[in-house]
Amino acid sequence: MLFEQILFFIAGVGAIGGALGVVMLRNPFYSVLSLVGHLIALALLFLLLRADFLAAAQVVVYAGAVMVLYVFVVAYVGGSDEPLRPEGGGVSALGPLFALALFVELTIAVVGSSLGALDSPGRDIAPGFGSPGEIGKLLLTDFLVAFEAASFLLLVAAVGAVVLARKRRGLEDPETAPGVMSAHDAISGPKEAAR
Amino acid sequence: MDTSWFVVLSAFIFCIGAAGVLTRRSPLVILLCLELMLNAGNLALIAFSRMAGNQDGQVFALIVMVVAACEVVIGLGIIVAMYRRRLPIDVDAMSELRG
Repeated sequence: MLFEQILFFIAGVGAIGGALGVVMLRNPFYSVLSLVGHLIALALLFLLLRADFLAAAQVVVYAGAVMVLYVFVVAYVGGSDEPLRPEGGGVSALGPLFALALFVELTIAVVGSSLGALDSPGRDIAPGFGSPGEIGKLLLTDFLVAFEAASFLLLVAAVGAVVLARKRRGLEDPETAPGVMSAHDAISGPKEAAR
Repeated sequence: MDTSWFVVLSAFIFCIGAAGVLTRRSPLVILLCLELMLNAGNLALIAFSRMAGNQDGQVFALIVMVVAACEVVIGLGIIVAMYRRRLPIDVDAMSELRG
């Protein structure tokens, strides 16, 4: 029990520190690395909550694959340092204030709720709770529609990414539009651009 | 550990993400902050699933992860398209939906 509490506080501090790093760090590259640390700390919390499969998926899919995608795009776009405090505009100072108000409201909602089970560690659970087998069984029986919808959503997202990333041709051609210099022109020179 | 600890932690992470979305200007960092908010939601779902002794919440969290992955793919695709067309990578400058 004590071990669980120590682990909770270590992982909680890691998760909060990673989240603060994402928001505070000026260089997007460091923000991404900070998010990786946050996700790993969160996976530790998932393990404490007996969600073994989700913890593994979190580390492999999220901290692994999705973050690599982020790193690629940051390297491609060349994430420049942006000033944390944008000059001008008092409205932007309202952001943290709003977030603080939201936190106070959510905490009041949680602590003040009459849900008695919130102050317990949870019900007794079977040994296989949260294992890949159990989750897979649920996905293919009770949640089959959601499972299929998720797979369809992934297909749509893949097609959408290809459409967004392809070179524009035909109807609207930004490469020949006046005043627009595309990366393609800059590389291939005037002969290619005059085409 | 009591469930309320996990839920309050998830609320805190959610609010950090919300503050980031509201204050940062780079769309890349805003996407990262959206990830923070989605993950805070996941943590709450899993905490409640542990509290109820029921695994349905974990399946919800898995679906949320799928949706987050789709959102990342589309968002990063839009950012790369913006970069290719030499548009400023700044959400304040991108206030119109015109292509």
